[in-house]
Order: sequence, then structure tokens, then C-alpha cells
Amino acid sequence: MEVRVVNVRKEFERFPALHDVSLDIRSGELIALLGPSGSGKTTLLRLIAGLERPTKGAIFFGDEDASQKSIQERNVGFVFQHYALFRHMTVADNIGFGLKVRHGARPSGQEIRRRALELLDLVQLSGLEKRYPAQLSGGQRQRVALARAMAIEPKVLLLDEPFGALDAQVRRELRRWLREIHDRTGHTTVFVTHDQEEALELADRVVVMSQGRIEQVGTADDIYDTPNSPFVYSFIGESSSLPVKVENGEVWIADRPIGLSAPHAPSGEAVLYFRPHDVDLLDGCSGCIAGTVAASRRVAGTRRVELEVGGERQRVEIELPVDHPAAQKSRVAFRPRRWKLFPAA
Amino acid sequence: MNTAPVKTGWRFRQPSVIPGFGLTLGFSLAYLTLIILIPLSGLVWRSAALGWADFWAIAADRRTLNALKISFGTAFLAAVVNVVFGTAVAWVLVRYRFPGRRIADAMVDLPFALPTAVAGIALTTLYAPNGWIGQLLMPLGIKVAYTPLGIVVALVFIGLPFVVRTVQPIMEEIDKEVEEAAATLGANRFQIITRVLFPGLAPAIITGFSLAFARGVGEYGSVIFIAGNLPFKSEIAPLLIVIRLEEYNYEAATAIAAIMLALSFLMLLVVNLVQTWSRKRYG
Repeated sequence: MEVRVVNVRKEFERFPALHDVSLDIRSGELIALLGPSGSGKTTLLRLIAGLERPTKGAIFFGDEDASQKSIQERNVGFVFQHYALFRHMTVADNIGFGLKVRHGARPSGQEIRRRALELLDLVQLSGLEKRYPAQLSGGQRQRVALARAMAIEPKVLLLDEPFGALDAQVRRELRRWLREIHDRTGHTTVFVTHDQEEALELADRVVVMSQGRIEQVGTADDIYDTPNSPFVYSFIGESSSLPVKVENGEVWIADRPIGLSAPHAPSGEAVLYFRPHDVDLLDGCSGCIAGTVAASRRVAGTRRVELEVGGERQRVEIELPVDHPAAQKSRVAFRPRRWKLFPAA
Repeated sequence: MNTAPVKTGWRFRQPSVIPGFGLTLGFSLAYLTLIILIPLSGLVWRSAALGWADFWAIAADRRTLNALKISFGTAFLAAVVNVVFGTAVAWVLVRYRFPGRRIADAMVDLPFALPTAVAGIALTTLYAPNGWIGQLLMPLGIKVAYTPLGIVVALVFIGLPFVVRTVQPIMEEIDKEVEEAAATLGANRFQIITRVLFPGLAPAIITGFSLAFARGVGEYGSVIFIAGNLPFKSEIAPLLIVIRLEEYNYEAATAIAAIMLALSFLMLLVVNLVQTWSRKRYG
């Protein structure tokens, strides 16, 4: 089911949580809402589920305006960070709950049980149907929660930080497993996370959010290689930035051009963004960024060097191969390979 | 190969690394013995001196039986009423924010603090045939004061805080997400309450019930004012004990007390078993 969020605004007691957000989610897509705390990602997810009502705007499921419908009528599967299982029910009863409370065409008790066991098999927990949630591990509980959400054959599957409460090992495992389940069942799935690795690895498309706005929507490649705002640049992956000046299509730091041309950039103050590992090291310096080594740290397979650049001693980080001779020097010159200019804030 | 023999059978469970098990257990036992066990065994001792034949004669006396029936019956009814309305009061106090909520919350404890005789007199004044509420009920043919119904009213008053105060904290802990999960799965408000929330509250409600019930069985002060105390009709067992004492008939008094003790213990035991069972299930 295709989901469209159209010009949605949400205020909590006059405090705006979302400003005019629009988003198209394609049918069968696995999409991640990524952002820091307070960016509005969970609010957006809850609005889609109907757990909150938009202050303005509408949400469409296919051609139907879902914003007029109650949570019960929307038929969404929602998975909570802390599982929210019914602790007085067995695993099988938890999964069958949605079918048991269904109005109208309610399946028979036997049929419900059969469905529950089938789903339990899908989430690889066969044999645990008689357990109570208290007798399961965190990862198992989250699988049960997912099976319970899928039991009602939802139009969309919404997951709110589904792996947030689990430890790193289980997280990675469940991540791969969720991808498999999605590929097998083909539900349109939206999940919220503040873990960029999770979002980039798992999702078909990533929606980066900040302060109640969508900053960028795109594939992992789009988001990482061509960030369209300083926020995305610094939030996704490592980044370094330097205040620069643009004059006649050339980028300057203080009184020296650094050998980058930006023919379409307007003249004036700007900020240069680049990835620390995406730089060329230079020997002589005619048109480069040069700095004094202020600190050098070994990080896994690379060496991260902090440089002080220019008269104002702006600090900037670059990454070098561990055995690179430049790491021993007191002055290093480089030029970013891939970079982007944003107007100075 | 020589392996150390594995100890089997019942053992003390090592509760924690912090020492003090011996001390705390010793203190608890000494304290319980002094405060509860010695007085109660004195009671059983005195009534045992009576001999079976006399004991049965007192126990099977119609006045005794009626008093016991009234005591346990009204206490049971009052506890049931309190479970329903006490849970409702707890729900309102936990779920809603309204002006005066704190005052209402504090009011729930008043029956704890008020001398029960004062409560009894106040209720009697209200529910007497010429009282504020009594005169409204009179034309409907409902007589409250000086009937078993009056006893129930007094016991409802006395027992309310027991239910509210046991259910309230558990209700506060209910995770909002559990309700939201039920709603996304298609459950309506009524189904959420009956299938999701109440089963989770059941152990607390049972505890509240047993506390209110036990309190009701033993209540004396408020009841004797509103009950009218007619033998066979509205005379409660604690009052009968006092009457026997005033007649210097100590044997009869202790015998009735011993029967009450046995019945109460039995009922609380059953409630406790139900509780253990539900705790085991719901973890």
C-alpha cells in the first residue's frame, strides 16, 4: 500500500513538532526515518499510525484519506521499542489478539491458532507458543511483537526504534532478519531509528529529519555521497568543515586560494564540507589546504589527524593510511577530493 | 572419580550476598510471635478448654450462626462494592488531570484516619429514616440504617481506601504503549479495558478485595451505630463477642472469636493461593 503524507503539521500544546512535512512512500518499500532525538521522526510515524492526529495536512493510504479514520480502522501494524506485549497472554494469544478482537469477519479459534503458529514459524520462534512474554529474551519479544503486528495483515508496517532496546549483537542479527522478512512478505514498511548504520544498511530509502523537517530523502548512496544540507553532511558519516570565502568562482581560505573552483557559487562567505577520508595529500603547496598537526590518533585501520588551518587556527580532521609518511610531519597539505559549499550560517 | 554428594531436598535459598538473614528472620519471627501468635494461641487455648460438646453448642447456636452470617455476608458484599467503585476511583485519579484531583486523592485516605465510631455516627445520621439521604430513600421503601444494608454502607466506607491504594500504583505502572498496541491491532476501548488492562490489574484487585474483606469482617466501631444490632437480623459477630464478655461468658466469647479466626484465615489463604497462581502466570 502506497502512503502519502501531505503538508502535515503537528503541534503539541503550541510547540511545533513537525513543520509542513510531505513524503511519498512507495508500495512495498522499506523506508527509514532517521534523525537525532527531537527531530520529529517518531511523531511522523505515530501520525501515520493514527496514534496522533495532525494539526494540519492529511495522510493518504492509497487514494483513501486515512487522517479521517480511527487507529482501529487504519489497519496498521505497529511495533514499539519496548515491545508492548500483553504480559498476561501467551505468545500465541499475543499474536492472535488482533484477529480475536476483529469485528465482522472474525476467523474461528482454530483458524486464529493456525495463523499464530504460522507467523511464529515465520519469525523463527516455533515451539514457544505457550510461553509468556516474561519468559522470553528481548530479541525474542521483539520478534513476537512483529508477528503480532503482521497477524492483522496490515496495510503498512510501522516500527518505532524496533532494535533500540537490544544489545549490539542481537541488533545486527535482527536487522538482517527484518530485511529477509520484508523481502519475503513485501509489506510497505516504515521504521524509525537514530542509528545511521541501521538506516543505511537496511532501508531502500532513508528520510533524514531534523528539527521537525525533512532534510533529505534518498537511497543510502544519495544520502552519503551527495548530502544536500550541512546537517545531513555532518549527521551522516564523518565530516569536516572549514569557513571559506568564494571570489570569482575560486575558493579561498584567508588570503590563499586552495585550488578548488566553484564557478556557480555566489561570491562571499561560505562553509566548505568534505569527508575526512576523501582527500588528496599533496607535497608542495600551490593551491591546497595546509595545516599544523595538532593531534594524531589511531582509529582502527586509519590514522585520524587533526590540523590547525590558517591564521585563526580552525581545526579540521582528515584521515590518512596508517603507514603514510605525512603522519610523521608537523605540517600536512591536502585538497578535498569530493566536497560541497554551503552558504555561511 | 570421587564427586561430592549433591545435597538434595529443601534448603534455605541464599537470598543475596548481603549478610543478615539470620538476624532479620530471627527478628521477624520473634516480633510476629509476640504481637500475633501469642495472643491468638491464647484465644485458641481458652476456647479449647471448653471441650468439643460445649464448643459445638455455642457454634451451632442460631444467634451465633446468624451473627457470623451477617458479618461475613456484609463484609463480602461491601468488598465487592469496593472492588467496583474503588477501581473506578483509582482509574479516575490515575488517568485524568482535573482541578481538585489532589484533594480527592487525599480524601480517599480519610476512612483510615477517622475514628470509626465517628464514621458510624455520621453515616447513621445521614441514612436514618429522617436523615438527609434516608428520607429520600424512605418513600422508595429502602431502609438503610438499622438494617444489614446499613452495615454494608459502613463497611464500604471503611474498606474503600484498601482497594484504591492497592490498585492505584499498579494502574500507574500500566504502559501507555500496551494500550496503543491493542488499539492498532483493532481493539476498541471496551476490548482494551476488558482484555488487556483488567487482566493485568487482577492480582492487585484481588489483594484489595481481600484487605477490604478482612477489614470488614473485623470492623466494630462504625457498624454498631448504624446496624441497630437486632439479634438474628443485624447483629454482627464482633458485637456478639462483646455481649458475651459483658455477660462474663468468656468461654462463649472466645469460642466465637476462634470460629471467626478460623474462617478468616481460611478465606485469606484461598485468596493468597489464587494470587500466587495469577502471579505465576503473569510474571
